[in-house]
Amino acid sequence: MTTTSEAPTAQAAAPQPKAKKSGGSLGRYIAVRALLIIPTVFILVTAVFLLMRSTGDPITAAQGGRLPADQLAERIHAAGYDRPLLVQYLEYLGNILHGDFGTTLSDHRPITEVVTTFGAATLELSAYALIIAFAVGIPLGRIAAFRRDRGADAGLRIFAILAYATPVFFAGLMLKLVFSVWLDVLPVNGRASTRAELQLARVDNPTGIYLIDAFKTGDPAVIGDVLQHAILPALALGLLTAGVFLRVVRTNVISTFGAGYVDAARSRGVPERRLLRKHAYRPALIPIITVVGLQIALLLSGAVLTETTFEWKGLGFQLGQYLQARDFVAVQGIVALLAVVVALTNFIVDIIAALIDPRVRY
Amino acid sequence: MSDLVEITDLSVTFATDAGPVRAVDGVSLAVKPGEVLAVVGESGSGKTVTAKSILGLLPETASIRGAVVLRGRDGGETDIATVSAKGLRRARGRDAAMVFQEPSTALNPVYPVGWQIAEGLLAHGRMTKAEARAKVLDVMRRVGIPDPETRIDHYPHQFSGGQKQRIVIAQALVLDPGVIVADEPTTALDVTVQAEILDLLRRCRDEFGAAIVLITHNMGVVADLADRVAVMYQGKLVEEAPVRELFESPREPYTQQLLAAVPRIGEGLARAAERAARRPEGWESEAPVVSAEGLRIVYPGRFRQPDFVAVDGVSFDIRPGEVLGLVGESGSGKTTIGRAMAGLTKVSGGSFRVLGVEMNGAKERDIRPIRHRIGFVFQDPATSFNPLLTIAQCVAEPLVVHGRAESAADARARVDELLEAVQLPASYGDRYPHELSGGQRQRASLARALALDPELLIADEPTSALDVSVQARVLDLFDELHRELGFAALFISHDLAVVDMLADRIAVLHRGRMVEEGTGAEVLGAPSDPYTQRLLASLPVPDPVLQAQRRAEWEGLGA
Amino acid sequence: MPSTASSPRASRWARLPIVSQLRQSIGLQRGMLVAGLVLTVIFLVTALLAPVLAPYGYAELRDENGLFGATQAPSSAHLLGTTQGGYDVLSRLIWGSRTALLVILVAVAASIVVGVALGLIAGYFGGWLDRVLVVIADAIYAFPSLLLAIVLAIAINHGQSGMWPGILAAALSITVIYIPQYLRVTRAEVVRIKSEAFVESARVIGAGHVRIMTRHVLRNSLRTLPLILTLNASEAILTLAGLGFLGFGIEPSAAAEWGYDLNKAVGDVTSGIWWTALFPGLAIVLVVLGLTLVGESLNDLSDPRLRRRAAGAEPVEDLLAPASTTQEASA
Repeated sequence: MTTTSEAPTAQAAAPQPKAKKSGGSLGRYIAVRALLIIPTVFILVTAVFLLMRSTGDPITAAQGGRLPADQLAERIHAAGYDRPLLVQYLEYLGNILHGDFGTTLSDHRPITEVVTTFGAATLELSAYALIIAFAVGIPLGRIAAFRRDRGADAGLRIFAILAYATPVFFAGLMLKLVFSVWLDVLPVNGRASTRAELQLARVDNPTGIYLIDAFKTGDPAVIGDVLQHAILPALALGLLTAGVFLRVVRTNVISTFGAGYVDAARSRGVPERRLLRKHAYRPALIPIITVVGLQIALLLSGAVLTETTFEWKGLGFQLGQYLQARDFVAVQGIVALLAVVVALTNFIVDIIAALIDPRVRY
Repeated sequence: MSDLVEITDLSVTFATDAGPVRAVDGVSLAVKPGEVLAVVGESGSGKTVTAKSILGLLPETASIRGAVVLRGRDGGETDIATVSAKGLRRARGRDAAMVFQEPSTALNPVYPVGWQIAEGLLAHGRMTKAEARAKVLDVMRRVGIPDPETRIDHYPHQFSGGQKQRIVIAQALVLDPGVIVADEPTTALDVTVQAEILDLLRRCRDEFGAAIVLITHNMGVVADLADRVAVMYQGKLVEEAPVRELFESPREPYTQQLLAAVPRIGEGLARAAERAARRPEGWESEAPVVSAEGLRIVYPGRFRQPDFVAVDGVSFDIRPGEVLGLVGESGSGKTTIGRAMAGLTKVSGGSFRVLGVEMNGAKERDIRPIRHRIGFVFQDPATSFNPLLTIAQCVAEPLVVHGRAESAADARARVDELLEAVQLPASYGDRYPHELSGGQRQRASLARALALDPELLIADEPTSALDVSVQARVLDLFDELHRELGFAALFISHDLAVVDMLADRIAVLHRGRMVEEGTGAEVLGAPSDPYTQRLLASLPVPDPVLQAQRRAEWEGLGA
Repeated sequence: MPSTASSPRASRWARLPIVSQLRQSIGLQRGMLVAGLVLTVIFLVTALLAPVLAPYGYAELRDENGLFGATQAPSSAHLLGTTQGGYDVLSRLIWGSRTALLVILVAVAASIVVGVALGLIAGYFGGWLDRVLVVIADAIYAFPSLLLAIVLAIAINHGQSGMWPGILAAALSITVIYIPQYLRVTRAEVVRIKSEAFVESARVIGAGHVRIMTRHVLRNSLRTLPLILTLNASEAILTLAGLGFLGFGIEPSAAAEWGYDLNKAVGDVTSGIWWTALFPGLAIVLVVLGLTLVGESLNDLSDPRLRRRAAGAEPVEDLLAPASTTQEASA
């Protein structure tokens, strides 16, 4: 969906008998799709750069008012922010091409290092949330479609709409209130307790993904501790994403269930359950994968908010810290790097969708 | 032997927003073993609803009265109207199977065709995968899919339209049902492919011993395949008779009218002569209105796909007052030529002069001055009017655009005149397009095209979406208006008989090239090109006796 | 003919967007639509009548009896308690609806105007402009909207916040995020409609581009707009709340904003103080729920595949009566 696959050119609006070639190699599709990453990343990086600079240089933003004017000017000059914007922009682009997204102002760390350090935590949280979203959203979406307009469907649709309407941080706060404060069965904040953190820090070659590191310690107490900390943030983010998946699955299955080939299979005596399971569900999966791919963006937005709610020390949490410190170099770098990540993820999703669809386009 | 299908006093009512609508009203029919029963009728006649009720495929909004009894080859009886869901499922496919109109939607795009053929087998009996595969290969071979061992694992999009329909038929045949219900099985196909599918359906009866219920609106198809015919009109069964009897001496007025409305090749000769006689002396030497010379139209391919050549090296002239009929199957480039003539598609090569403007390389600016001299009638009456404007506003549009009127209200007098000319009451001007039937809309479309009294009219399949009797009226109207107004016209159609009725000259297109051009008598009477011969031979004529001879000829051509 | 078109006045009333859908809805769909409309109307009334409904001002810390006091539990004086900062929760709740409404109005209006205009131009003319716009729109669409909103909020006012600057910053960043969506939707509709015969017919007639775009294409491509509008309004509220929660909200002295209040309530929850988080959160949920229910039901009703009714009877051809041209084309 993020590609031009649904962006026919103007001429395509005219009838093109047989111009729609069903052949075309998958290799070509992958190549064309890969080329599309470049403009996408370029546009986002440029937009972020221009927006962040549109109101001045980051040093004034961070230090303005706290430093005397001459010291401020000196610092700005030293960092090169007094040069023409175009020069800075070209330098910025050049650095990005070399994989250099800049260095934070507040703690002088390279952005790439910040992202790799804290990215693991975000990845871990997103993975838990995705697992919950798939495990809950897709089967429930099928059930809603199969029991269309009956009680189960009505209930599930209301769940889906509620999941959409609830901000993830509100859901997080309420889960915290109930399970951590009132019932006192789960930890309030963080990724692990202090004792577990200490043990995890001693692991050789830590991955940063606490569950893997916890298994490396071999201590069941640490594993349990890490899992306990993950439950609430993963549930908050996962259930809300599950609502989106549920809706997508339901709509797509219902619309394929009305297709002519379902009626055709019915006319041959294929049982209703099989019609739903095989004929309606499978063709509906292809658009589902594409839509699910687009939810990566939603998931990342959600991760930023969830991490802030649960003090889950990932990229989103760190982004919040930099925002409070008014370190806009760090914000710009992290956002630009995430643009690359999102573009790559969408590329992979599109390729998967093309592989699953026997009618490979292009 | 007893009847395979016995429909007794069937009534079907649909619940709709506008209240209940009765689609089928007291119909009784019987299908005997090994016969082809054709159910004919126009849209809204209830023929498809009747067919679907045989397999219990009606939607939940339908309520059924009466009985539909299926008798299986094992002698078991099932009443579709009262049977349990389980019993219905068992009867479907085994006692009766269905062939659908649109083969591309009847096949699931994400499964191989072999899987889809085998699915019916597995739903009805215990057999191993290997047994099922052997049966599938056998049936694919028998319906004429070459190289079934490879093709069995291919997906539907890898087959042509005609092959897809063969696979749909194979899906029905593999279960060895007593009766096959074929709902407009050839309507979506080109006429040469239609002939092959009709042939296959005949073999279904002869070799597989299946009775066929053939639902169709095409009298030629009926004449070709049917043993017995049931005519339906507005939900009721009007007449039922053996095929020859029905065509020779139809009893009911509706049947007579229906048969009279079917265009027949050869009828056009008299009309063409009549038109020729009316023309002034020396018309042939007048400068042509349209002149194509080596016309080439290419759709550029995207992402370095090869370009698609839609029209290649086509030359023709249309002189003032002359009607050129352009015939061809889908993908022949006939619509593309019409669009290029109206400046809707770019010309890639050659010369194409329309009313003095060279369309090759012409900009919108160059074409605009001749726009008011061209009228265009589109194929689909459903989409050719802006749904938010009234008919009067739509018809007034050309008058307003070209400054003949200040506003739609200002143009109303002329609009009423035009509506009258196409035999629509002036009050219809206040209606919205969706409040008119297809035929009425197509007449309004003609009124809009003629609003500026054009010298050139382009009609792109103007009647192909209409029922035969409606088509006859629109064609008559076209002829009448042409006589009065004397415009030159390009008449595009896939139907040789329709073109024959109206055209002075006929051009036959095949895959973007013009294979033959000449008067109706030349092209249809004595075709010289093998493609034209094949096209003509594969067109079923609405006469069972004649069609039987023609079929023999067609088989002789080895198509 | 459908009975709804029997008299011209009734038909005009029945043709209005939401009214016509309400008339044709049944069962669960009608229930959803009605519930959504009720919630939306409550939200609108609260926002409009905030000065009358709210017991205190959004920035009031004291009354004649002195300071309200911080984190007071719900009582007769403060029905929903007070916040950590010592504000009355109920009052900020009510005033917050006003902020939310203003942001929605500005954001949705601006993004519709710009997005629809760009979509119309891109879809109608095609060519390189279309391709560039689509690539940009796709790039923005696939990116986490909240991150973009943060960047925009920084760009617009360095994350500072008075009432109007705060509202404008939030609205503008939401605008930029949603322009691509309107562009995509409008463009897709325009491309579809452009190839319909009635638009080609206008071209053949010789109508100019402006006339074709306004008279034939635009109005026909806006039929799904009420639906996108409600859905985007709800997304706008969520984005506003997300921004507020991350500290890009509007200062409490400038206006009331639910997301900001939730941000301040994070610490309260840990100490078991529930009323500062629960009520602003519920407010967000209910407003978004209302708008989404309306949007979802409209979507279901406009999509024939999801709508559970058979279609009305088509007008029947008048073929059996030879002089039938004067006859009604009724079923």
